[in-house]
Amino acid sequence: MEQTTVIGLGSIIVAGLTMALGAIAPALAEGRAVAQALASMAQQPDESNNISRTLFVGLALIESTAIYCFVVAMIIIFFNPFWDYVVAQAGG
Amino acid sequence: MQLSPDEITVWDLGPVTLNATVVFSWLVMIILVGGAWLVTRNLSSGPRISRWQNLLETVVVLTRSQIRDITQQDPGRYMAFIGTLFLFISVSNLLSIIPGYSAPTGSLSTTAALAICVFVAVPVFGIMERGVLGYLRNYIEPTPLMLPFNIISELSRTMALAVRLFGNIMSGRILIAILLSIVPLLVPVVLEILGLLIGQIQAYIFAVLATVYIASATTKS
Repeated sequence: MEQTTVIGLGSIIVAGLTMALGAIAPALAEGRAVAQALASMAQQPDESNNISRTLFVGLALIESTAIYCFVVAMIIIFFNPFWDYVVAQAGG
Repeated sequence: MQLSPDEITVWDLGPVTLNATVVFSWLVMIILVGGAWLVTRNLSSGPRISRWQNLLETVVVLTRSQIRDITQQDPGRYMAFIGTLFLFISVSNLLSIIPGYSAPTGSLSTTAALAICVFVAVPVFGIMERGVLGYLRNYIEPTPLMLPFNIISELSRTMALAVRLFGNIMSGRILIAILLSIVPLLVPVVLEILGLLIGQIQAYIFAVLATVYIASATTKS
């Protein structure tokens, strides 16, 4: 297979896998966090505000790993330096 | 398709080029400063206040109470910094409902600048509160073996702040752009609503995380 094909094929497969695999763990973790927060809000309704605020902060921190995966996938699809290089070589 | 508004050049003035990020940041600044000036021209402390003054008072009171809850200290000197962070990010995400506007927080330059502001503000507030030695003692707090980990965590949480905000806003933008070419009827509207909600939540998260970092550097143990 020539270089352009290999790089294009690798980029597409890796971008899809990055996003797919990278979203599994944060989703599971967020589910556990929300379940625990709901249980503690049911146990102590007076602390709901505190628990909500901490829950949101925790969710944002967990979500950031999924966002990193998304950013990497976007860069591989739209701003791939290797793809630009081989396209420039093939065109020139 | 542009990954960020950095690549849209508005005006080329020779040595400097104005890109869309800078122009829309100025727009947000003008709206915030001009709106605040207009509202606070005649403040009244009596029983009848204008609705805009009521709105600004609500925002200020809520921010102060959140800062007081998180830092367990008087929110006076942190209010300006945290409040500005929250208002700038919140308004710049909210204005993306206007067609033709591209949120400046969707560019890594803006979010990196905001994260660097937080990175500089944490030692400044820490030294103002505890003195230089007291602040530096923070780094060897549980045991001196934790010193490299504390330094690495300072750097990585700054980068995480920048990439989290950038990723959330950019992903909303690109998703809507892609959907407009596939299913343009009603689905982009629903995702625009989700994007606005996420923008406000991310503004809150940025401000709360900045407050938590400042609180961890200024608590007198």
